[in-house]
Amino acid sequence: MSIGFVDTEEKHSKLLAIIEESKSKPGSLIHVLHEAQDIYGYLPIEVQKMISEGLDIPLAEIYGVVTFYAQFSLKPKGEYRISVCLGTACYVKGSDKLLDKLKEELHLEVGDCTADGKFSLEACRCIGACGLAPVFTINDDVYGRIGPDDVPGILAKYKD
Amino acid sequence: MVNIKIDGIALQVEEGITILEAAKRANIKIPTLCFLKDINEIGACRMCVVEIKGARALQAACVYPVAEGLEVLTNSEKVRKARKVTLELILSNHDRSCLTCPRSENCELQTLSKELNIKEIRFPSLSDKAPMPIDDMSPSIVRNPNKCILCRRCVSMCKNVQTVSVIDTMERGFRTVVGCAFDKALVQTPCVACGQCIAVCPVGALTEKSAIDDVWAAIADPDKHVIFQTAPAVRVSIGEAFGMPIGSRPTGKMVTAIRMLGADKVFDTNTGADLTIMEEGTELLERIKNGGKLPMITSCSPGWIKFCEHNYPDFLDNLSSCKSPHQMLGAVLKTYYAQKMGIDPESIYVVSVMPCTAKKYESKRSEMKVNGLCDVDAVLTTRELSQMIKESGIDLPNLADSDFDNPLGNASGAGVIFGATGGVMEAALRTVADVLTGESAPADKIEYHAVRGVEGIKEATVNIAGKDIRVAVASGLGNARKLLDAIRAGEANYDFIEIMACPGGCVNGGGQIIQPSSIRSWTDLRAVRAAAAYQEDCDLPIRKSHDNPFVKALYDEYYGKPGSEKAHHELHTHYYKRDNY
Repeated sequence: MSIGFVDTEEKHSKLLAIIEESKSKPGSLIHVLHEAQDIYGYLPIEVQKMISEGLDIPLAEIYGVVTFYAQFSLKPKGEYRISVCLGTACYVKGSDKLLDKLKEELHLEVGDCTADGKFSLEACRCIGACGLAPVFTINDDVYGRIGPDDVPGILAKYKD
Repeated sequence: MVNIKIDGIALQVEEGITILEAAKRANIKIPTLCFLKDINEIGACRMCVVEIKGARALQAACVYPVAEGLEVLTNSEKVRKARKVTLELILSNHDRSCLTCPRSENCELQTLSKELNIKEIRFPSLSDKAPMPIDDMSPSIVRNPNKCILCRRCVSMCKNVQTVSVIDTMERGFRTVVGCAFDKALVQTPCVACGQCIAVCPVGALTEKSAIDDVWAAIADPDKHVIFQTAPAVRVSIGEAFGMPIGSRPTGKMVTAIRMLGADKVFDTNTGADLTIMEEGTELLERIKNGGKLPMITSCSPGWIKFCEHNYPDFLDNLSSCKSPHQMLGAVLKTYYAQKMGIDPESIYVVSVMPCTAKKYESKRSEMKVNGLCDVDAVLTTRELSQMIKESGIDLPNLADSDFDNPLGNASGAGVIFGATGGVMEAALRTVADVLTGESAPADKIEYHAVRGVEGIKEATVNIAGKDIRVAVASGLGNARKLLDAIRAGEANYDFIEIMACPGGCVNGGGQIIQPSSIRSWTDLRAVRAAAAYQEDCDLPIRKSHDNPFVKALYDEYYGKPGSEKAHHELHTHYYKRDNY
């Protein structure tokens, strides 16, 4: 059981509809997983079991696919999803120090979400904004050419 | 046919066979690790690489098909170096505690290390630093991911052959691991405990949960009356652990050896099988006569039962309510036998030696009790028995034969063929035929060849006393799934079905002596071991379950008749729908 999984009638029927239309198409698992993650924000066992039963694919196989691709998450995402670029350009410009500062400020490990559901932290590969290195994003906002000291000020904007 | 050259040897072989197979015909052994014929042919581990004239890179011999004019080098400097580095890299991430490994001396990785002359491990092992947890919560199977070399043979077996699909490869790159969904323990999944994953594991990553210590403790306890019973399939595999050829049948030597271990009595589970036939045959005839649920499906294979409970709950009423033979015999030992011999049933300790890991789980099911006592106290696999015999310094191949103890010693040939796919069906038909005709069929009329053989699904219509009985036999759970899906879809219809969880039946069970890929890829263990069982049937004076004198006496003196209320209470069981995850 994942703690805190909340299903709603709306989300549930949306996923069932996607499973239904994908059922007859071979190789549709990854598509369904993407859609499911869009609906629920992550892929807990409850969601993977629905997909397993709906597509008649063993749960172990689905879990294998989910853990293979970094894009899929087993943990819930926050209201604000922070993503630190660890691509080559950002890394040499010190994005690892940005990441460390974010971990410290939010008391989070990469992949986790704060208890209040506000922030989640992840590391990503190049997002194509190398000119702004080092870069991190909060949802669709991009922050670049910054150092660890700028982090608390940026986070403050999202805290209330 | 095409003309090829391997290491300069000219060969004519069928087009499309693999280089590995062609080389074998030239008596050249190409090393393999992930390869297991018909089960795992994925060319993943790169141990079998060879040089091919005209090809840029080395190729995997286990999946490369031969064609006209192909020239192969299997033993060049380049090939030897590539194989050695591959092996060193696999070893670098392997828990190399061979001395304490249950698979020591029967490990394909260990054999390869020796053959490829590995003298040092040049790369440090990461698993030494951060060992992964061992899953030993299942009553049947222990999974040690630190020994896993990611060959995926178990995954292919579980997913493609058995369609149980509870283990798979998780994560990626260096973190790749074979495991269960959400890192669950096997016991928290719909694993049926068949142990086929163990039978195909080249190393010690999958083993049975051992009961050896418990059994030694019982033998050492003077207050315990320790009774061993051995399943029919055990005798046709145990010799392999002592260097005897596959298909050997050292039944009498095995009995002698068990007595030397310190057992008070050694009984034959075949008598339990004979009893099962009496109960199951009666149940079938009653269902046919009274319009009961058909097809009736056999219930001897606990892996199959658990598979049905998880995946086909709509068939639970089709299952025979009979306990499996060793559970029946255990129940008889703690009731009738204890009474007759004047032994306190609480002091009786029943050890079942089985070709099966699922029997370990079965014996712990809460229904498997009689008067509050477990029918069976410990289950050993064929491998564990061979281990105990070796531990005791007993030279099995050179022992004198001895007979099973009486009064249960005169089991029938019908009981012995229970170990092969189709055997339970044939044994049942022998008895049902005599009951329906009211006559005793002569020896040349009791063999039902239509239900013999290693095919995954067999069908036949048998005419007995003017009545057609439609039967089907499936072995391997993937085949069981096919058969049940056809019945669900209304495409097939039968009166009586035999299902065994393991491909080929118990002779190829998950608890049998493990043969490496280099042997089992080219020898059909199922057929060779089954042939030995059918030979024992031919050699026995009694070949029908209802002619077993102990079984007759048991009904005369204790149960009254097959299917009586008392028999139902002690020899039958029930089933549950089980959730998946």
